[in-house]
Amino acid sequence: MAYSKKVVEKFENTINNPEAFKVGRFDPKELNVGTGMVGAPACGDVMKLQIKCEPKGNTHIIKDVKFKTYGCGSAIASSSELVEMLIGKTLEEAKAIKNIEIVEALELPPIKIHCSVLAEDSIKQAIEDYESKQ
Amino acid sequence: MSTQSTIYLDYASTTPVDPRVASKMMEFLTPDGEFGNPASRSHRFGWKADEAVEEARSHVSGLVNCDPREIVWTSGATEADNLAIKGVARFYKSKGNHIITSKIEHKAVLDPCRQLEREGFEVTYLDPNEKGVITPEVIKSAIQENTILVSIMHINNELGTVNDIEKIGNITRDNGILFHVDAAQSTGKINIDLKNLNVDLMSFSAHKTYGPKGIGALYVRRKPRVRLEALIHGGGHERGMRSGTLATHQIVGMGEAFRIANIEMESDCEKVSEYHEQFLKKVQEIDHVYINGDLKNKVPNILNVSFNFVEGESLIMGLKDIAVSSGSACTSASLEPSYVLRALGRKDELAHSSIRFSFGRFTNDDDVNNTLEILSNVVHRLRELSPLWEMHLDGIDLDTVEWKLH
Repeated sequence: MAYSKKVVEKFENTINNPEAFKVGRFDPKELNVGTGMVGAPACGDVMKLQIKCEPKGNTHIIKDVKFKTYGCGSAIASSSELVEMLIGKTLEEAKAIKNIEIVEALELPPIKIHCSVLAEDSIKQAIEDYESKQ
Repeated sequence: MSTQSTIYLDYASTTPVDPRVASKMMEFLTPDGEFGNPASRSHRFGWKADEAVEEARSHVSGLVNCDPREIVWTSGATEADNLAIKGVARFYKSKGNHIITSKIEHKAVLDPCRQLEREGFEVTYLDPNEKGVITPEVIKSAIQENTILVSIMHINNELGTVNDIEKIGNITRDNGILFHVDAAQSTGKINIDLKNLNVDLMSFSAHKTYGPKGIGALYVRRKPRVRLEALIHGGGHERGMRSGTLATHQIVGMGEAFRIANIEMESDCEKVSEYHEQFLKKVQEIDHVYINGDLKNKVPNILNVSFNFVEGESLIMGLKDIAVSSGSACTSASLEPSYVLRALGRKDELAHSSIRFSFGRFTNDDDVNNTLEILSNVVHRLRELSPLWEMHLDGIDLDTVEWKLH
């Protein structure tokens, strides 16, 4: 397999220790929760990302994150990697995250770059959902 | 590195060389062995090698009940398929330019057909039924006046389903059409009796039957005689159908592997059937599991299973100490689910979640038991991680969801 050791490790750690790696769900109806879900089963990957935020100064900060991913090993590793980047960030900082950061962190092979794009889309959507509730 | 040993359940992809085969092959390589060129007619080295090649030929013909002179050595089943399809099409093109095959053939059949389309031939790609079988009826209805060749596999490599080559052969013979069968998955698994089948060409592979890679054969019927245009020229070996110095050790390996298969087919199948039953029973205890193919009409060495709500490649990564194949080609360049499962009308997500387990001569109880244990554990973990499983548990019908495509 063309996967880097980093993808394999991330994938294995995530499935072996789901709680520590923020696998789970928040109640999407809660006002301080934003949910993003991207992808489609027919394409082979679906990512669901939820952020729990609180106001800080004139912005909001991501306090906690939960996710679930259906997809190939690098899709799961990419969401898990993104989740780690998010905690403690302001929404502005989170919005600025680019898929290339995930590509680099996991050394994704070119054919799997779409997994990182999906991850970037999921956080954008989650923030949008959160902001629409404020 | 993992200290756990790797379990091999991918026999339909390739098999290890049987140690008995390997030791026989060793006799035809080194200076103290019979290393001669079988085409050398003027000395003992050549004669000995030629003898070994002809003995191997009779072992191959013995397994499938044909005349040894009907066996042409090739580099493998892929070359045999190419030689049969392109060779027949090009030789008989004045007779007609239509070829019938199916959507679930191996690429070694589909790609030569695509090439022939570029050369002006017309190809019909038949749909299988929902069980993965190409019925004689659909073949009959696809026949045209200009049809010269039907190419249908015996056993499907992803599903293990078996096509009725006896009935199909009767139809093609009645219509004066040549019939090629890719039997790469068949040898040593199912009885083949070419004297009593209306099959004109049949492809074989050594490495699916405990022989070495890089060697195969094409059966070319003598009565009624089948002609074909060679693909490789250079010396006129194999009665002009396939030039090139014969690879004595490879051929001896294939011969020995097929000789053993002839003797041990029954006991191999018995053992594999037991593992299949055991595996099937346990795997069906997992929720939302679908067996792909036709349990009533398939070989027991292949079992193709879809685990709904789990993606196939991640499942394979989770099963890291177990060697299996994914129906999903997500690991390759295409990101497409298996074209075979798609052709059966399986939903894409089920096609994405399929795994092929294949058992063989060296599979043991521990392999099966350990795999089943790891499998149910990994499926459970991946479902805990799957938003689709969560939605399913929440009672959401996934077919009604509007997915945001990326």
